[in-house]
Formats: sequence, C-alpha cells, structure tokens
Amino acid sequence: MIQVQARTDSSTLMQFASPILAILLTLIFGSILFVALDKDPLQALHVLLIMPLSDAYNVGEMLVKMGPLLLCAVGLSLCYRANLWNIGAEGQLLAGALGGSAVGLMFVDSDSSLALPITLVAGILSGMFWAALPTYLKIKFNSNLILTTIMFNYIGLYLLVWAVHGPLRDPDGFGFPESAMFSDATLLPTLVESGRAHWGVIAAILSGIVAWLIMSRTHLGFQIRVFGSDAPAAKYAGFSSNKITWFVMLFAGALAGLAGVSEVIGPIGQLVPVVSPGYGYAAIIVAYLGRLHPIGAIAASIFLAVLYMGGDLAQIEMSIPTAVVGMFQGILLFFLLACDFFIRYRIVLSKDANA
Amino acid sequence: MDIDLITQILFATIKTGTPLLFIALGEVICEKSGVLNLGQEGMMLMGAVVGFMCALATGNLGFAIFASMAMGAAMSLIFGFLVLHLGANQVATGLALTIFGTGLSAFIGSGVVGQTLQGFQPIIIPVLSDIPVIGKILFTHDLLVYLSFIIAAVLAFVANKTRLGLTLRAVGENPHAANAIGIKVLRVRYLAIMFGGAMAGLAGAYMSLSYTPMWVENMTSGRGWIALALVVFASWRIGNIMLGAYLFGLASIMHLVLQGMGWTISPNLLAMLPYIATVVVMVIISADQFKEKLLAPRSLGKPFDPRQMA
Repeated sequence: MIQVQARTDSSTLMQFASPILAILLTLIFGSILFVALDKDPLQALHVLLIMPLSDAYNVGEMLVKMGPLLLCAVGLSLCYRANLWNIGAEGQLLAGALGGSAVGLMFVDSDSSLALPITLVAGILSGMFWAALPTYLKIKFNSNLILTTIMFNYIGLYLLVWAVHGPLRDPDGFGFPESAMFSDATLLPTLVESGRAHWGVIAAILSGIVAWLIMSRTHLGFQIRVFGSDAPAAKYAGFSSNKITWFVMLFAGALAGLAGVSEVIGPIGQLVPVVSPGYGYAAIIVAYLGRLHPIGAIAASIFLAVLYMGGDLAQIEMSIPTAVVGMFQGILLFFLLACDFFIRYRIVLSKDANA
Repeated sequence: MDIDLITQILFATIKTGTPLLFIALGEVICEKSGVLNLGQEGMMLMGAVVGFMCALATGNLGFAIFASMAMGAAMSLIFGFLVLHLGANQVATGLALTIFGTGLSAFIGSGVVGQTLQGFQPIIIPVLSDIPVIGKILFTHDLLVYLSFIIAAVLAFVANKTRLGLTLRAVGENPHAANAIGIKVLRVRYLAIMFGGAMAGLAGAYMSLSYTPMWVENMTSGRGWIALALVVFASWRIGNIMLGAYLFGLASIMHLVLQGMGWTISPNLLAMLPYIATVVVMVIISADQFKEKLLAPRSLGKPFDPRQMA
C-alpha cells in the first residue's frame, strides 16, 4: 500500500527537480485544456514555447520581456528569503516608469549626455519610494505588508493613468493619453542595431549576480537568510529586523523601478497607460520557480519570458487571447507548490498492509 | 446636500458594499478555521465570468448564480488540497489561485466581452419600502442584496450562538486541542474554505449579473483584496463586517458624493480612494498590535498536519 513518510532531511534533489516536474505537468495540463477548448494542443505548444526562440527577432523580443521579469524577481527573491511578502513589484515598476518619465520628459529637446543617467536614477528612486511607503507602514504601524503592497499597486496604476491623461500628456498628441516621445539622448541603447532588446537585460542579469553575491558572500546576506528561516534566532543573535526589512524592500523597489523606467525609455519610447502586462505579478512566479535564488531566477525568467512572447504569438497565429499566459502562470505555480511536497515527504510502497 | 441626494448616496453605498460583504463573509469563516486564502480575487473573477456566461446561455439567473458559487467552491478545492494535504504555503497558494483565476476568466470570457443581458431587477418590498428615507435606502434593491442581509444574519447567529460556530473557532484557535477531542480538523477546514469559495463566486455573480450586468476582463478591480483588509478591519467579527463593507462601499462612491458637492476632480484620482482608504484603515487597525493579536484566530496561516501528530 502507498504511504506518505516525512523525510528527516529535506530533499536537495527535489529542490531542483520540482520546478522541472512542475513545468512538464503544466504543459500536459495545458494541452488537455487546449483540447477541451477545441484548439490543436501541439500547434499551441509550438507557438507558445518554440516559436519565441525560432528566429533572431523573436529571441530579441523575448529578451525585452525577460529584463523586467528578472529585475523584479531578483528583488522579490530577497524579500521572500527574509520572509517578507512583498507583492508590490507591479506598483514599484509603475512608479519607476512614472517617475522616470516625469524627469525624462524634461529632456525632450535636449541632447545632454546627462539625460539618460538622470532619468534612470529618477526611475530607480521612484521605485524605492513606492517600496518605502508600505515598508514604513509595516515597521511603524505593523500593517500587513501583503495587503498594503497590493493596495499600492492599484494606487500606482491610477496615478500613472492620471498622469498620462493629465500633466504628462503630449500637448501635440491630438488628445491621445500618451506622453511625448523621449529624445534620443534619454533612450536606452539597444543591444543590436535592429532589435528592441536593450541594456536593461544586461542590467537584470548583473542584478541577479550582485544579489547572489550579497546573499552568499556577505554578512548581510547571512542575516537575511537567518531571518527568513528562524526569526527568533535572528533576534537572539542581535540582528536588526528593521534594517533587514528596509534593505530588502528598498533593493526590490530599486530593481522594480529600474525595470519600469527601462520599459518606457527602452522598447516603448514614451509613457503610455499600459506599461506592464503584469510583470510585477509574474515575477512572483519567477522568484518561486527560481527557488528564491537570484541565479535560479535568471533561468526562470527566460521560461516566463518565452511564455509571454508565446502568448503574443498565440494571439496573432491562433487567435488565442493573451490572457492564456496568466492562466499558465497560475497553473505553473500550483504544480510547483504541489511538487514541493516531495521535498519534505516521500511516497513509500510497503508490502505489509498493516504497516 | 438635500435629502434626496443623501438617500441616493446611501442606496448606492449598499449596492457597492454588497460584493465586499459577500466575499468578506466567506473569508471570515475561512479565517476563523485558521486558513488564510488570498485567492479571493481569482475566485470572484471566475464566479463573475461563469455566472455571466451561464446567464447568457440559459437565460436563467438562478442557475447562473448556482454555477458561480459552484465554480468558486471548485476553485477553492484546489487551494484546499494544496494547503491542507500538501502543506503548501497558504500565502503563495492563494496568490497562485488569484493569478490562475485572473488568467482563466479572461481566457474563457474573451468571447462574451461587450455582450449585455437583463440582470437582476429591483424588488420593491411593499410596506417596508414606504418607510420614509430608510425604506428607499434598504428595501428597493434586488434579490442578491436582500440575500446578503440574510446570509450575514444567519452567519452571525451560527458563528456566535451554535455548536458549529464553536467547532469552527476551536479549529482556528487550537487545531491540536480540537483534534484531541475528536474534531476532524481538516474536514472543518475544507468546508470553511469551500464556503469562502462559494461566497467569492456569489460576489462575482453579483458583479456581472446585478452591479454592472456585463463581463469585462478584471472587472472586480481588486475588491477581493479590499475584502481581505475588511476582515482585519472587522477584527474577525461578522457584525463589524457588515458595517465595514458599507464604509468601504461609501469610499468607493465618494466621487458621486464629491460631484454632488460640486467638486471636479479627475476620475482617475478618485478611483484611488478605496485603495487609499484601505491603507489608512489597515494602519489605524494594526497600530494597536495588542488588539490585533488578541482578535485574530491564533492558528491563522499556520499549517496543521495530522501526519505529524502521534
């Protein structure tokens, strides 16, 4: 008969196998769903997973999506490691886009070499500010971080929509809710001449490496890890809970802010009402899929970026709504959480029925 | 402001507070059993789209409501299995449910965007609706609003005055003790989770069949999250939830009030009001740490594994 046994030590193998298993199960389940909805599952999977990598243009577009996902996920990984449930990457990204645009639009008629760095810093600081608000409320008033960060996502969204319809709208834009186009001096340079992939992707990968070094090589990283796994022990060791909270939240806010400003001065080129197709939420899944490890997040962000790109292609090729991506993301996280069961438990077949 | 405007505002307050009341009532029962389900928004969206599509297909609103509730409950079962049987983290699983529900609802509803149907119509209750002012505010709503009054009253009674309510609290406060005296902890938690799911589905159906009879992607715009804050605000007491839902309802329609007073502010800025109100309320409530610790179910968010008993 089948028995469930608690493992004495958590399984390292399953730590790595679980994401792969979860991806496979998601693909199987997704295919069943496509059959149920009368779509050819093989064609759908081809469009979703293979086509995004099939030519240089698609790979470039995939990298455009990978940048913000990875930036947000690296920050979230550190937060979750410290057991801080920051769900606010989306709002912090939007704040970065808004703050960066407000500053970047001052350079519309300028070719100053300072335009780009100042705009980037403005975006980063805006993201940090948007993360600082719920962090302050948590530390000062003990308010629930999950709920306040989510509320700030919505507040940030409406603030951005307001700005695009109001103060930042292009006066020569025939009334469309869009800002003026950024000047060339403000735009992020692209990696290759023809595509849209820009230096934000490199920044994202660097941020993953920096976060990994912080976590594995510094005393601060050690404190974060102890805090996440055993808060009372961390307090006993004299680690400051407030210091850790501020650090990981502001770090996450800075990266999300950079993601936001890179979108508007990168692939988009102006501030528009829809800056992100939910990168901040998808980054939660990237962080989990990457095992809350900054390097793991690099691999996971490629997978999610392929899925986003595939979603765009699926709409063009098979008129499947792009919302299918969100559905896959949810299923993937379900399976991942389910497979993690095997990190702590094993299934044993025993012949003795009385065991 | 004249009395007619005030009547209109309070009438709209109840209408706007009703979906929050439905979800928050479901969530409070779930949390009383010790389980924190952050999937409300996803279940609500699924309830809204399924209810709307069923109503379009069959023309039967009663069947549509039933389908919405069944959908919400079915989705909550995924959450229940992961959390109760596999011991998955409740926060992460709830988020997964919301991400999944948001995507799936947009996917299956993409074909019916923009279609309209005849939703629930107001039922003017004779005699009661003739009471000056109060009658208009309370007794000229549709069936679902009256249903929310009834469910709130029944739940308040069951939770506070019956053995069932006691069992629920025992499981949420101390599952080990409850298990020791023979209560099936996981069964109680499953039922509480499913009740929460059904109520979230009902809240969704209210949105797409009564409040604005149509389906639009993400049409619940964060109400599921606001309801979670509402439960904290109400300190897990059902009576307070009703009051809280209408207060939040009022915050959501403040733009009507402000327009009535002759203010002109950008609608996008006014749209932030309910979210800002939620943050302010969270801060006020949580600042009193002692009170929150005293009132929250003691095992809230903590897994209970009968395998590790013995």
